[in-house]
Amino acid sequence: MDPKSTLTIDRMVVPINGERNLLDLARRVGIDIPTFCYHSQLSIYGACRLCLVEVEGRGVVASCSTPPEAGMVVRTHSEEIRQMRRIALELILANHEQTCPTCSKSATCELQRLTRRLGVEKVRFKPTHKPQPVDRSSPSLVRDPNKCILCGDCVRACEEIQGVGAIDFAYRGAAACVVPAFGKDLNQVECVNCGLCASVCPTGALTPKWEIETVWKDIENPQKKVVAQIAPAVRVALGEAFGMEPGSIETGRIVAALKALGFDQVYDTSFAADLTVVEEAEEFLDRKGKGERLPQFTSCCPGWVKFAEQFCPDMLSHLSSCRSPQQMFGSLAKQILPAQLGVAAADLVVVSIMPCTAKKYEAKLPKFRQEGRPDVDHVLTTQELAHMIEEAGLRFTELEPQSLDMPLGFKTGAGVIFGASGGVTEAVLRYAVEKVRGQRLEAVDFHELRGEDGVREVSVEANGATLKLAVVHGLKNAATLVERIRQGKAQYDLVEVMACPGGCIGGAGQPVSRDAEAKRLRGKGLYAADKMMQLHKSQDNHLVAECYVRHLGGEPGSSTAHRLLHTKYQNRKRIHGESLTVLESGPSQKLVVSVCVGTSCFVRGSQTLLKGLVEYVEAKDLEDAVEVQATFCYERCDRGPTVRVGQHVQEHCTLDMACQLIERELEQAANTSG
Amino acid sequence: MIRENDTLTPSLNLEALAGQYTAAAQQTSRRVIICAGTGCVAGGALKVRAAFLDQIAKAGLPVVVELKAEDHEVEAGATHVSKSGCQGFCQMGPLVTIEPDGILYTRVKPADAEEIVQVTLIRKQVVDRLLYVDPATNAHCRGTADIPFYVRQRRTVLKQCGRIDPEDVNEYIQQGGYTAARQAFRDMTRAAVCEQITLSGLRGRGGGGFPTGRKWELTRQQPGVKKYVICNGDEGDPGAFMDRSVMEGNPHSVIEGMMIAARAIGADEGYIYVRAEYPLAVQRVRRAVRDAEEAGLLGENLFGTGQSLRLHVMEGAGAFVCGEETALMASVEGKRGMPKPKPPFPAQRGLWGMPTVINNVETLATVPLILRHGPAAFRELGTPKSPGTKTFALTGHVANTGLIEVPFGVTLRQIVLEIGGGVIDDQGQVTGECFKAVQIGGPSGGCLTEEHLDLPLDFDSLQGVGAMIGSGGLVVMNRQTCMVQVARFFMQFTQNESCGKCVLCREGTKQMLALLDDIIEGRADESTLTLLSQVAQTVRKGSLCGLGKTAPNPVLSTLRHFRAEVDAHVYQKRCPASGCKALARPEILAELCKGCTVCTKKCPVGAIQGERKQPHRIDATKCIKCGACAPACRFHAIVGV
Repeated sequence: MDPKSTLTIDRMVVPINGERNLLDLARRVGIDIPTFCYHSQLSIYGACRLCLVEVEGRGVVASCSTPPEAGMVVRTHSEEIRQMRRIALELILANHEQTCPTCSKSATCELQRLTRRLGVEKVRFKPTHKPQPVDRSSPSLVRDPNKCILCGDCVRACEEIQGVGAIDFAYRGAAACVVPAFGKDLNQVECVNCGLCASVCPTGALTPKWEIETVWKDIENPQKKVVAQIAPAVRVALGEAFGMEPGSIETGRIVAALKALGFDQVYDTSFAADLTVVEEAEEFLDRKGKGERLPQFTSCCPGWVKFAEQFCPDMLSHLSSCRSPQQMFGSLAKQILPAQLGVAAADLVVVSIMPCTAKKYEAKLPKFRQEGRPDVDHVLTTQELAHMIEEAGLRFTELEPQSLDMPLGFKTGAGVIFGASGGVTEAVLRYAVEKVRGQRLEAVDFHELRGEDGVREVSVEANGATLKLAVVHGLKNAATLVERIRQGKAQYDLVEVMACPGGCIGGAGQPVSRDAEAKRLRGKGLYAADKMMQLHKSQDNHLVAECYVRHLGGEPGSSTAHRLLHTKYQNRKRIHGESLTVLESGPSQKLVVSVCVGTSCFVRGSQTLLKGLVEYVEAKDLEDAVEVQATFCYERCDRGPTVRVGQHVQEHCTLDMACQLIERELEQAANTSG
Repeated sequence: MIRENDTLTPSLNLEALAGQYTAAAQQTSRRVIICAGTGCVAGGALKVRAAFLDQIAKAGLPVVVELKAEDHEVEAGATHVSKSGCQGFCQMGPLVTIEPDGILYTRVKPADAEEIVQVTLIRKQVVDRLLYVDPATNAHCRGTADIPFYVRQRRTVLKQCGRIDPEDVNEYIQQGGYTAARQAFRDMTRAAVCEQITLSGLRGRGGGGFPTGRKWELTRQQPGVKKYVICNGDEGDPGAFMDRSVMEGNPHSVIEGMMIAARAIGADEGYIYVRAEYPLAVQRVRRAVRDAEEAGLLGENLFGTGQSLRLHVMEGAGAFVCGEETALMASVEGKRGMPKPKPPFPAQRGLWGMPTVINNVETLATVPLILRHGPAAFRELGTPKSPGTKTFALTGHVANTGLIEVPFGVTLRQIVLEIGGGVIDDQGQVTGECFKAVQIGGPSGGCLTEEHLDLPLDFDSLQGVGAMIGSGGLVVMNRQTCMVQVARFFMQFTQNESCGKCVLCREGTKQMLALLDDIIEGRADESTLTLLSQVAQTVRKGSLCGLGKTAPNPVLSTLRHFRAEVDAHVYQKRCPASGCKALARPEILAELCKGCTVCTKKCPVGAIQGERKQPHRIDATKCIKCGACAPACRFHAIVGV
């Protein structure tokens, strides 16, 4: 080996292959250096101090932030290093709520694992933990600050991968904590419920919110018929919870397990995915034909939809109006199953098994209710299903596979690959290209759409027309792409967005895995499942076709289909709560002027407008008559800047307009009182 | 302002301006310099100044408050009343200097102005009662030339601080200001500037002591057209105010230093990050930047070279940790002030990812002097490895407290006994035998003891004994000081100021504080000391940033130099300096007690009992160790308080 490009680590001479730090290099050569705060896909943070190693001539350094250099002599587990790591762990444990056995993360907690692994037998320090309230406000996640070790993984994941920044550090020193903006609850801020924070959290500080108990209750209720829908990505991941290889396809055993748990019928979300493909592809072809509202953005991912509603209100008309497969399934099931299963509509319970935490939020949206009842009653994550199976004592690996129930259990491969990034686009193409060409599509695989890059662009020729497609995962990538579209730097016909890296297979509800390879294998599993099916195109799903005839008004895009399968979007506030008073007036009756400083209005100059108003009020000595406030959102983001003067809300407001309104209102007030 | 069409070449401008200023100054007969440093202002210096203007007017003397270089109409013989930055002898403030007589009046009150005007300005005599009296000789000292506090110092960086008007760019120019910057921009290559600084051996005054020239050279060599220079004025150590004094007293020297640094590395933009709790420094630095821009010294086309430099003044975010360079840069970027792992170093990827030089105030203020007088002259003072001088804030149990500047290599004895005028006891008396220790370098530093009194102080010698120069706080402590309490004081500070990012600093300082409390409150045993030492070493070696790595120093230094005192707390539950209340065991010596009952009346909880004219006793179960009884006893019968 060339000594110019090698170093010595734990007495092994190893080549340097361009690793960005010693920790990555150590992992490559089989040394698992403990860490809480290093994730290869996130920026280097250097806070947990567990990855300390000794470098000859330099002393103790953090391996996460030390680039490998030729000739370095590194020791990763000297006596001193081992003692220091133990002290660091003891320090963390002294400030940690000691309720480990009842923690939902107990079996997969990295803090517990490293405590055992590094041989900490006793915490010699005084307990310093002070109990803090647990935030259960979110429909998707539980935030328990008592278990937070401040590694910052969640903060960086939310900011760097999702571009949301719903949580961040606040306060200093011993008081430091991770909180949503202004210390609000998670459901009152811009959190999109994707749960990426929970999937990187090494402890139980951020976890998916469990709905297991309510599901058990409905199962136990003899009046209720409980049916399940299984999302594509669940079948290739659940096995991991029982020691099976990631990517092994366990649909049959999952059906068996659900039946054993007491579910009456088990269906497949992939059926609804086939339905989605038909609706979405038709919508796409229609828009493409008319050349309007392009690119069309996919709408299956509720994390992306909320993100768009908050951060890209100008793009909402571009989103496909199709509901996600989960919600299509829900509304269809509530429509047709009561008759089919002989149960009162009120007694049919739809439970979805999802890889996703945002699906919990989506299912609870008021718009997805009929006659006061939700289309989807409960959403269980893959993790929760695994837990129920464990609790019931079922030996999952020994179960005899069973088949799904019909008709909502029948699907094509197109509906299965939905679970991987690029899958929705591929499924839509299998429909659209065949339709545009007017002849049967034999080569159904679009390999160029598959892969792991955060943004993938593909052009497909069909009948002389070129379809320009983009596939993105990670919402920060999506935001960047949207910005390029806004600026005219990029043009597409169809854009698929998935919030989670890798798509649904990488969802936060999946079994906790520290193995980067697991996600890749789950994806492979989905494409293998597609290969094993006889049908690969949604248009070939005869039960979907039959469904159109019997229940959905005969054809895609019909008014019934629209009522049951489509939806609308709304501008959504990022922060809930009161306005911030910028310029306070006296105690007498005053005119309240509120300027929206939300993102959309901000980019349209509301901050300058606010400043101008304050100056105007001060210059005119109106402080006693006018109170100026900054408020967060009127949900009229596309028409900003929005200013409210008294009762009047002015869109597209300018400083002059605002000043005139103030004058008018004050004059009126003077006249009335006079 | 670009002066391409100016008839004078840029090189002549400075000299011409200086000449005009000198001519104007020569018209005046006297100068009354009122110290307007924060200490003196707090003592009423601005009222003193108003009183002077009032009295001078009453006396009918011509007066001038601002010398304008272009203004040739200064009345001959006028008195020039000016404000200065910190003159150093803060304890004796407000200070008033009369030039050219060389008189320094101390503790001047507004009511004294009349007498000074009448006696000194008109009759040209000295007001003896306002002179400093040397406690050692009882001699009245006329001015700085006679006051031991000043005589033992070598003021170079601080030379103009305390004399010139910090709000007058012309006076700075008159003193040769901005010629070094002109030289760097007009007559030297970037590499040559770096080389001069490297040759001088200048090391960073902010604490680390990293060679400034090497830092500049590394940044200069980085590719990229956009680079930044930052002045770190976020001085946060308790008791340290050197940087504040320079920013308040001679802000143009800092700006000139930044210009030279910018020239050396090729930066066209810079930030002066001033601690927000220094409002006067913020105001003066802002004004200095504006004045320099208006004078055409800063901004575009510097000295006709076509190069530019924009300086922004930014107020700090109120956190001690923002003095750490990576945290400071995060704060400038508008982010939470938390340190980042190094590498990458600021020289590689600093502010907004661009190569950045970040230097401390004092370092930058030193730079123009090096270029003006040459590296060799700079090396004449100090030690070979730590050349030049260093400013210190001298505080604690010492007769003279204030801002001092000494060459590296002086001994602690010279500082404490000669400049400081000796150690004082708790009653304020200078006594020969009560020196115990000096805490140097603030919360990052350590203690020096009697055995180090003759150690020549420099960056390396201090490191060898477990302390550091730090930013230059010097706290003198007498024998009545408990060293465990001192360690606790600093640990409380770092614990409060930890940013909370890395586990070792955030949790480690909290636990060290708890362990020190165990020692102070009598709960400690041997395992306490073992654990304290282990956690201190771990925090020292393993923390993310320099502040975390040095946070355990006060503890480690106490364990190293005052082990016997610590052991007394742990094993005998006794505080040798009687500083720890929980360990106090007050008792009444029966043989001295006369039974006068005074103590029983003083005791707030009725813990003292006894018959009249019989020896009294303290009931330990009731006693709250408040110590009220002991001073009340005329017979000194109560001990152990």
